[in-house]
Amino acid sequence: MTHHHDDENGHISRRHALECMIWAGTGVLWTISGGIPVSLNLLGEAQAAEATATGFTFLQISDSHIGFDKAANPHAIDTLKEAMGKIQALPQKPAFMIHTGDITHLSKAAQFDNAAEIIGGAGFDVHYVPGEHDLIDDGNGKAYLERYGKGTKGAGWYSFDQNGVHFVALVNVVNLKAGGLGNLGAEQLAWLADDLKAVSASMPIVVFAHIPLWAVYPEWGWGTDDAAQALGLLKRFGSVTVLNGHIHQIMQKVEGNVTFHTARSTAFPQPAPGTAASPGPMTVPAGQLRGLLGTSSVTVKQGGQDLAIIDSTLA
Amino acid sequence: MAAILAAFTLTTATCQPLRAADAPMVRIENFAFTPPVLTVKPGTTVTFRNDDDIPHLVVANDSSFRSKALDTGDTYEFTFTKAGDFAYFCGLHPHMQGKITVAP
Ligand SMILES: [Cu+2]
Repeated sequence: MTHHHDDENGHISRRHALECMIWAGTGVLWTISGGIPVSLNLLGEAQAAEATATGFTFLQISDSHIGFDKAANPHAIDTLKEAMGKIQALPQKPAFMIHTGDITHLSKAAQFDNAAEIIGGAGFDVHYVPGEHDLIDDGNGKAYLERYGKGTKGAGWYSFDQNGVHFVALVNVVNLKAGGLGNLGAEQLAWLADDLKAVSASMPIVVFAHIPLWAVYPEWGWGTDDAAQALGLLKRFGSVTVLNGHIHQIMQKVEGNVTFHTARSTAFPQPAPGTAASPGPMTVPAGQLRGLLGTSSVTVKQGGQDLAIIDSTLA
Repeated sequence: MAAILAAFTLTTATCQPLRAADAPMVRIENFAFTPPVLTVKPGTTVTFRNDDDIPHLVVANDSSFRSKALDTGDTYEFTFTKAGDFAYFCGLHPHMQGKITVAP
């Protein structure tokens, strides 16, 4: 993709400047109230601590791609270590972490081992969903499921409750069809309908999956074919937050009571939709890489339906 | 100097057409199969080569062939014996599609 770099550089600096305005410092606190996100303020550490004091925080990490060593980031393992270091240094410890997939680059045992050592070594409870890169071993996903599939259904989907929030982990990276996008499948959708039956409409729901559940950019495969069926099942709930990875950049969208939010990768950035010939690792000047990698922290206020999402870079 | 250059040009000129004729190839670059449609004679072995910085996976729509995940620089070969149209896609990025037409 070398021949695109000249075009892209102009784009990156413009995009980078824009991101600096929006995501300066530790980020923006989004309060989701009645389905509408309200940006409260640029947060300092003290304010963030205050916001989290009344509820609990969980952290999203995504697309660590352990094993990736190309020009876009020859040391994906080091940037994951940096991200985990930042998480461990947070003044307010997250209750747990979610990983929204592409833990590894090639599903190799050593890559899973390295990821487990760095992520698991931090001592947090971590809930995983697989990305397509985690299911490309010769056993068609055996490597992932043997490690992270205990207590899950099908290709690795499950749900759990924590502090009054219902969390649903979905898998949309298996049984992909020619010409299609991400796929949940009939079996998983039937399970979801059954799982949500027992959940009160006033309970906040957090759904997490690897590929976006909204049509970010279908031309690049950034969407899920049967997402509408899952979202139909979530319609009756007052507060739904859908978190994903896969596209390696921050994007947010609100539709009714559903807020969609995409996290950064800790490994390498990808171009904004339509700004390059294709998706894939985007090489940026070395000084800019860490400004395009990062993690997201989500605060749930006790007794309220408001979720606040704070994105932080490694820079 | 000019003689050396001419000799060099001649060597590459004679090598390249031979290789192309021997090994029809589909290159994977920028999340696309190139050429998207390739016509070969029955019995031809087609090589798929991944030139992207991300893995791809070649899967026939009718499941008649399926590669392993191809990392950067990896190749997959399949010999097309029967005549017909063989549509395929990337098992990781299914919006990527291609077709091998096998005709005598
Ligand atoms: Cu692909």
